[in-house]
Amino acid sequence: MDITIVLIVIVVILALFLITTYNRLITLRQRVKEAWSDIDIQLKRRHDLIPNLVETVKGYAAHERGTFEAVTNARAQAVAAGASGSPQQMAQAENVLTGALRSLFAVAENYPQLQAVQEFKDLSENLTATEDKIAFARRFYNGNVRDYNTALQTFPTNILAGVFGFTAEQYFELADQAEREVPQVKFS
Amino acid sequence: MTQSPGQRFVPRVSMYDAQAQNRWRTVLLIAAFTLIVVAIAFVFGDILGGNATAGIAAVPLAILFSAGTSLFSYFAGDRLVLAQSRAREVPEGEEKVLRDVVESLAIGLGIPVPKLYVIEDPAPNAFATGRDPKHASVAVTRGLLETMDRSELEGVIAHELSHVGNRDIRVMLLVTVLVGTVALLSDWLLRSMWWGGRSRDRDRGSGGGILLIVGLVLAILTPVIATLIQLAVSRQREYLADASGAFLTRYPQGLASALRKIAADPHVLAVANKATASLYIANPLKDHPFQFDRLFDTHPPIEERIKRLEAMG
Repeated sequence: MDITIVLIVIVVILALFLITTYNRLITLRQRVKEAWSDIDIQLKRRHDLIPNLVETVKGYAAHERGTFEAVTNARAQAVAAGASGSPQQMAQAENVLTGALRSLFAVAENYPQLQAVQEFKDLSENLTATEDKIAFARRFYNGNVRDYNTALQTFPTNILAGVFGFTAEQYFELADQAEREVPQVKFS
Repeated sequence: MTQSPGQRFVPRVSMYDAQAQNRWRTVLLIAAFTLIVVAIAFVFGDILGGNATAGIAAVPLAILFSAGTSLFSYFAGDRLVLAQSRAREVPEGEEKVLRDVVESLAIGLGIPVPKLYVIEDPAPNAFATGRDPKHASVAVTRGLLETMDRSELEGVIAHELSHVGNRDIRVMLLVTVLVGTVALLSDWLLRSMWWGGRSRDRDRGSGGGILLIVGLVLAILTPVIATLIQLAVSRQREYLADASGAFLTRYPQGLASALRKIAADPHVLAVANKATASLYIANPLKDHPFQFDRLFDTHPPIEERIKRLEAMG
């Protein structure tokens, strides 16, 4: 009699534990997905701004064909990577695009008339604002991934996570993160 | 919960924990408000009607009134506060820097972009209000836009958006409107006591009953009002918003420098009053003519906030 009650209590506690853990993991994973859509939106906006920017610069510096091609290709790669949905591939493509854009702006520096064009100013301002937003979206996303992954790895959630088929999410790392690492000093 | 000034910053209370706390606070707040109004109505009815039956008869009315007031503050309180502060909504395309900063930080916090308002006043200050992140507004003064550089503006906006994300704005808004209503009702009650008390004297021919009732009312009201004020002036909430704001921008110096500028500014914000003061990022009233006022300070001392922010860097 007493043992039955004890057993029932244990089963109920176990069931409650299972339900709350499962729901918590679902909530955390949902937050990661929502945060990812923020990044997605901002990346798309960035991609949308680039063709106009290239056209505007072309009007003043038509012979810098190599730079334009590099930017256009990098953008196409980034759009393709965006369709894949893999944070790692996307980050890689975005980094290449950032590099290409940097050389585009370096080229633009050499054309003072271009710097005075309102459309160019607006586009580069918009691009800077969008990149700022990507940075914040990335922070929010990575924070949510960290919370989720930590929950997956801590005991006893890790056992259940395996049973229910929850897997770790990838961080979204862009180039400026790497640049902030300890600088390498070479003596040679 | 208390943090020593020199402690390095660790985000110990997550946004989601703060939200849960604030849900509880909201329930407590409305319950306390209803209780006070019912108590006031009972005493009111008792005095005017001359017996306890009239007092009890007034209770359903009181509950209806509290429900109405709570609903009103919940759904329209933000518009009331914004109108009272003479805040003007920023049209699309204007105040580009402010909009960019707000949009970026809202993304960083994972909340929708709140509506933007500007108060045409030279005193630098800002507040956020609304019932939840989907119905939130951020108001900044012209003085803030003119005196702050981008990182300082980011610091201030990050503090305000943290209030939005933590659901502090709902509690702060309810406190503002409900405490204002209670103050008004108590005032009426005290006035009517002199009037109603006299007619009662004629009926019963005793003055001792009034004193008893006054004592009773004060006994009921004081602790509840004290709790309300405690909710209103939660200093921990300001420290937390400073900390989570600094965490959001990854640059505590921005907000520290903004607070320093606000503290040094000689202007007094004309549109702020005792009821709305607790909403602002820094106390807009500034003057403390009596030491007694310190009890009702809505904000932790600004020097202490700056010190804590600098300790994070």
